[in-house]
Amino acid sequence: MIDVIDLRKSFGGVEVLKGITTTIREGEKVAIVGPSGSGKSTFLRCLNCLEDPTSGSIIFEGVDIADMKVDINIHRRHMGMVFQQFNLFNNKTVLENIMLAPLHVKLTDLRKKKLKNVFIKLYNLFASDKKPLYEIKTTRQQIKQEVRENALRLLRRIGLEDKADAYPSTLSGGQKQRIAIIRALAMNPKVILFDEPTSALDPEMVKEVLDLIKQLAAEGMTMVIVTHEMGFAREVATRVLFMDDGQILEENTPDQFFTNPQNPRAKEFLSKVL
Amino acid sequence: MGSFEKKVTRFWEIFINQNGYNKVLTGLKNTVIIAVVGLAIGIVIGTLIAAIEVMPKYRRLPRILDKVCRFYVGLFRGTPIVVQLLVTYYVVLPLLGVNMPPVNVCILVFGLNSGAYVSEIMRGGILSVDPGQMEAGRAVGLSYSVTMMKIVVPQAVKNILPTLGNELIALIKETSVVSFVGAADLYVAFSYIGSNNYEFMVPYLAMALIYIIMVMIIAMFVRLMERSLRKSDRRN
Repeated sequence: MIDVIDLRKSFGGVEVLKGITTTIREGEKVAIVGPSGSGKSTFLRCLNCLEDPTSGSIIFEGVDIADMKVDINIHRRHMGMVFQQFNLFNNKTVLENIMLAPLHVKLTDLRKKKLKNVFIKLYNLFASDKKPLYEIKTTRQQIKQEVRENALRLLRRIGLEDKADAYPSTLSGGQKQRIAIIRALAMNPKVILFDEPTSALDPEMVKEVLDLIKQLAAEGMTMVIVTHEMGFAREVATRVLFMDDGQILEENTPDQFFTNPQNPRAKEFLSKVL
Repeated sequence: MGSFEKKVTRFWEIFINQNGYNKVLTGLKNTVIIAVVGLAIGIVIGTLIAAIEVMPKYRRLPRILDKVCRFYVGLFRGTPIVVQLLVTYYVVLPLLGVNMPPVNVCILVFGLNSGAYVSEIMRGGILSVDPGQMEAGRAVGLSYSVTMMKIVVPQAVKNILPTLGNELIALIKETSVVSFVGAADLYVAFSYIGSNNYEFMVPYLAMALIYIIMVMIIAMFVRLMERSLRKSDRRN
């Protein structure tokens, strides 16, 4: 699903990612672990081009999205992302947060179709070969209704439908992060990238967030997770990448990795954190 | 004190009986229009400039636009507004062959002038918004400009509202120079009343009072607006 080929990233003169090559297959849950400063987060942020890679390619569904000519916005719609700091839109209510992107995308599509239809109608006036119009099945109102219902359904799923009209500043960290996760889900992504989703949470809120992620994992969502929660990585991941110094040093199944790491630095790392 | 009362009575007589109030109302209207429409234009221009200045500059177009904006800001911050008014009215517009009523010229110049100031205010406002907001918008597939307009700028505006109110107050007061190009503002109105009987004390005092009242009303409005915009910060 995602092929990463010799990905490199430098900030200023410092090379943070030193040639990463890996493949993320559909349905996989990949956990990325490693000491801080090892480039895990940078790697994850390169996957959806929040950081533009310096060189190398990221083939997502057959398209190299590292290419600057590609319209990245279209591909990002299929890649959800969950941040360490939640990053809910502060000026929007919870419901608006979830609805914003799907609504914008669908309404823009509708507008574009309508505009194209106007041109086709004009063309049809003068040409002998009539072009078919784009089919428009839904009105703006219907789209809004549909997106709203989907958002409410997602909110009900995490049991926060009573917070629909609250602003993010009134929520706890765990609630914010769960809403951030369903905000990503609302776009029906093919893969979700998690950037240390529990690192900014109070200890008693970690569980509710991890439980939601586990649920999604069980439903077959493809995931890439940067995490410091080793127990969680071991439980959920189907593959573990150990990164240090901008490189993938070990790629293994969680059982193998946590019980019998091959790489000396991975051994050292695990002896410190476990 | 007797002579002061006499002066007040005379001022009042001209104000009421000789159509003085009409002039004052026209002046007031022009002052408010120039300042408010000027600020509106300024906010639009300023937001655009600020958005360009905070854009990532990998490509050539943002870099060129950035240079243009800097030149513009330098130009309008580097010259007094009176000079801008005079140059626009007596040099630029005649050269372009445009004929505009003085009030419109004033609106244009005040808009361009405040655009330069608002751009700096707005830039600070945009930079004060957590970069994570932009990242979150981009990560769900919204474009840079859509995220900017829907997420970042509304939050920036909330942060800079008190400063924008200040800008409006400054504009209101700066409009007192528009008579340089023949626009009728409060100064023109009260000078007219004063020159009727060569008595300027009371008219100018009244003018000062009107300015103060206007500024106080604006300050109140800004505070009300701030409060309603702060609702997303309030904890229930």
